[in-house]
Amino acid sequence: MKNLDRFIKVLSETTGNTPDCLLQLLCAIQNHYSYIPARAVNLLAERLQIPPVQILSLVDFYSFLHRQARGDFDIYFSDNITDRMFGSVSLFNSLCKNLGVEPGQPRADGRVTVDLTSCTGICDQGPALLINGLVISRLSEKRILKIAGLIESRTPLANWPKPFFRVEDNIQRRDKLLTPGAINSNAIEALATRGRDALLDELDASGLRGRGGAGFKTATKWRLCRDAAANEHYVVCNADEGEPGTFKDRVLLNRYADDVFEGMTLCAGIIGAKQGFLYLRGEYFYLREALEKTLQKRRNSNRLGNTISGQPGFDFDIKIHLGAGAYICGEESALIESLEGKRGIPRNRPPFPVTHGYRNRPTVVNNVETFVAAGRIAVFGAGWFRSAGTKTSSGTKLLSVSGDCARPGIYEYPYGTSIHQVLADCGASDTQAVQLSGAAGATIPAREFDRKIAFEDLPTGGSFMIFNQQRDLLEMVQNFTRFFSHESCGFCTPCRVGGTLMRDLVEKVLVGHATRYDLQEMTNIGLVMRKTAHCGLGTTAPNPVLDTLDKFPDIYSKRLANRSYEPAFDLNASLEVARCITGRNDEGAYIRHEK
Amino acid sequence: MSSDKTFRLDGKEIPFVEGETVMDAALRAGEYIPHLCHNPEFPPHGSCRVCVVDVNGRHQCACTLAADDSMNVDNHSEAIVSQRRTLLQMLFVEGNHTCPGCEKSGACQLQAVAYYTQMLSPHFTHFFPKRSIDASHPDIVFYFNRCILCGLCERVSREVDKKSVFAISGRGMDSKLVFNSPSGKLGDSELALDDKAASVCPVGAILPKRSGYEIPIGERLYDTRPISVVGDAAANFDAKKTPASKNSDG
Repeated sequence: MKNLDRFIKVLSETTGNTPDCLLQLLCAIQNHYSYIPARAVNLLAERLQIPPVQILSLVDFYSFLHRQARGDFDIYFSDNITDRMFGSVSLFNSLCKNLGVEPGQPRADGRVTVDLTSCTGICDQGPALLINGLVISRLSEKRILKIAGLIESRTPLANWPKPFFRVEDNIQRRDKLLTPGAINSNAIEALATRGRDALLDELDASGLRGRGGAGFKTATKWRLCRDAAANEHYVVCNADEGEPGTFKDRVLLNRYADDVFEGMTLCAGIIGAKQGFLYLRGEYFYLREALEKTLQKRRNSNRLGNTISGQPGFDFDIKIHLGAGAYICGEESALIESLEGKRGIPRNRPPFPVTHGYRNRPTVVNNVETFVAAGRIAVFGAGWFRSAGTKTSSGTKLLSVSGDCARPGIYEYPYGTSIHQVLADCGASDTQAVQLSGAAGATIPAREFDRKIAFEDLPTGGSFMIFNQQRDLLEMVQNFTRFFSHESCGFCTPCRVGGTLMRDLVEKVLVGHATRYDLQEMTNIGLVMRKTAHCGLGTTAPNPVLDTLDKFPDIYSKRLANRSYEPAFDLNASLEVARCITGRNDEGAYIRHEK
Repeated sequence: MSSDKTFRLDGKEIPFVEGETVMDAALRAGEYIPHLCHNPEFPPHGSCRVCVVDVNGRHQCACTLAADDSMNVDNHSEAIVSQRRTLLQMLFVEGNHTCPGCEKSGACQLQAVAYYTQMLSPHFTHFFPKRSIDASHPDIVFYFNRCILCGLCERVSREVDKKSVFAISGRGMDSKLVFNSPSGKLGDSELALDDKAASVCPVGAILPKRSGYEIPIGERLYDTRPISVVGDAAANFDAKKTPASKNSDG
């Protein structure tokens, strides 16, 4: 294990020796060894001067960290409903069968593990999987057989067919943000010539609101942070794009990274931050190398570093911080906890991150798209921005369109665009429902397709999943309740336990054992979750159930057993052991249901 | 402490000082708001959600919410109590809480709060998780079946005892308490019987050995008077003493 000692020594010298670096150190070890060896835990505990149990509690929290070796090839199938709609389940089973592995269990020869993970953000070209952090999209039975062969022959990933790893941007509609003329905006120069107060006023006048979905006014957030007295301020870009069905940040980071960093630098100039972070979800690990290069280019051209663009005292740099498979880290205070190298448990608020964020210092946390928009506004002005959208929702919104349509991908629309319009443009027909804003969002039935994408009508982070009339929406509900049960951080009772009770009740409906009573139970549990959970994950987790119970009651009622109460277990099946022991198989050994 | 400012709790005026939480002000005024993960000796945590009350129409956690004189707090309506009962039932089915066979019965805060909110059954389908017991420590035994993940032992061991014996590991329903020791066993940790962390458990997860039945069932903390009168289990930990009488609302 000499190598491990040396690896950790070198790693901690380059990455850092403080507890905030813990998650980054663990990601690097996991990436190199395919697990976190017990000895690595002890070595890190010594180096960082923290208890080993603190490290283990982190390993057990993040889905991509493991105590057991995963092998040469570590595979995660994206398990979003859109992947499932296009056959991911049978492809997953096929790969497991071909490789002779049990789901989630490393193969005995240490070659491979095949597992499932939450939405990987490749919904427009799924089904997709991650293999050692790289994306393989457009999975087909043919591709699966090829993959199995390459694994058996132990072919290094570098020698796999290049088209496997192609991820398209699929930009289908451009507006203010994505118009080619708007690219390479020069917000830093605008800051130098007009000053930070004037630009903050411009941002205010633009009416820009956070693009993550919550819609807090960006200028207000930046002003509160700037005015919070502290010796350090921070800028954080939330690129933990975990909401099922959204992938716009993937495209922005792939094609518009410079604009994202420009917007962050603008924010730093306004609030007086020296350090910024891009919190990159672990699923987007494959984008990291290019992002690092973009950062280096910006340093080389003095758009990051000291005295940026010749402005004395304008010193700012950006670090990329990797996530490790935890949806909850998209919640801003959990994200900050994760940045500090801890488990992603949302904090009690207030105080809010704008005054007490990273290291308890004033911190702006904004969505990727928000930073791009802010940079554009600095250059083109509030009037330009306001010329699109509605009175209360200015500008445009990127939608990640996937599911049953001819042209999935990124659509940029002015706020105020109807669901109907989006469906027409992406070539969707015979649409039963749109799931807007992901698993935590709203299920929109056809009779509401005239409603508009806007904060005053349908606010959204941009996930737009389409289901045609042939789809069984209850499978969507099942996928989402499983997702929430898996992604609950476990901190508060209603989300941790309620979310799992909810998942089990949905399964009960699916197997045909549920009654009206169970539907009432689901409503009750859902309302308690909504009212009492600690954070936004817990309060929105019951949405898919409550929403579909309200708008699509038939998907439940057609599966109900015709009784007012049905136990959670199958009594006849449970008696099978007793029948075996007694050797009885007569009619009296079975419970007869009275219809 | 005195203050001119008050908020209303179920119609009563509760005085508070600037920065004080709804929970602390209520307890100081002798008004009981049920809670499990909160212990007034330590900073609030907000994880069990049992203390969620209705504040001007919004549901808020009483232990983490700073009091304000505009607040109208509902702690006793059927809606709030029923919601609280549901949260308790969730805790009961999550672990294995077999009160009649538990040494802590009669002095357990989970049980006492459940009685107080008139929880008559666990209601939901039990998860029946397979959980073990760690009896490796010479003086203390840990029952994973009864842990409700309130995090008190973790917080107190870190902040008060300066030992960090406990941590919560995992995620979601897989969350569990773990011990900081080379073998992962409690017996190899630095926990000592007189550590504060050994006496803050509101349920029967952390128990001193050889003293479980020194006080007979029927004469225990909550056997004759409700938790709203007696107060928290941890505050009465030195159970050989008769618990001091507190201001009560009945």
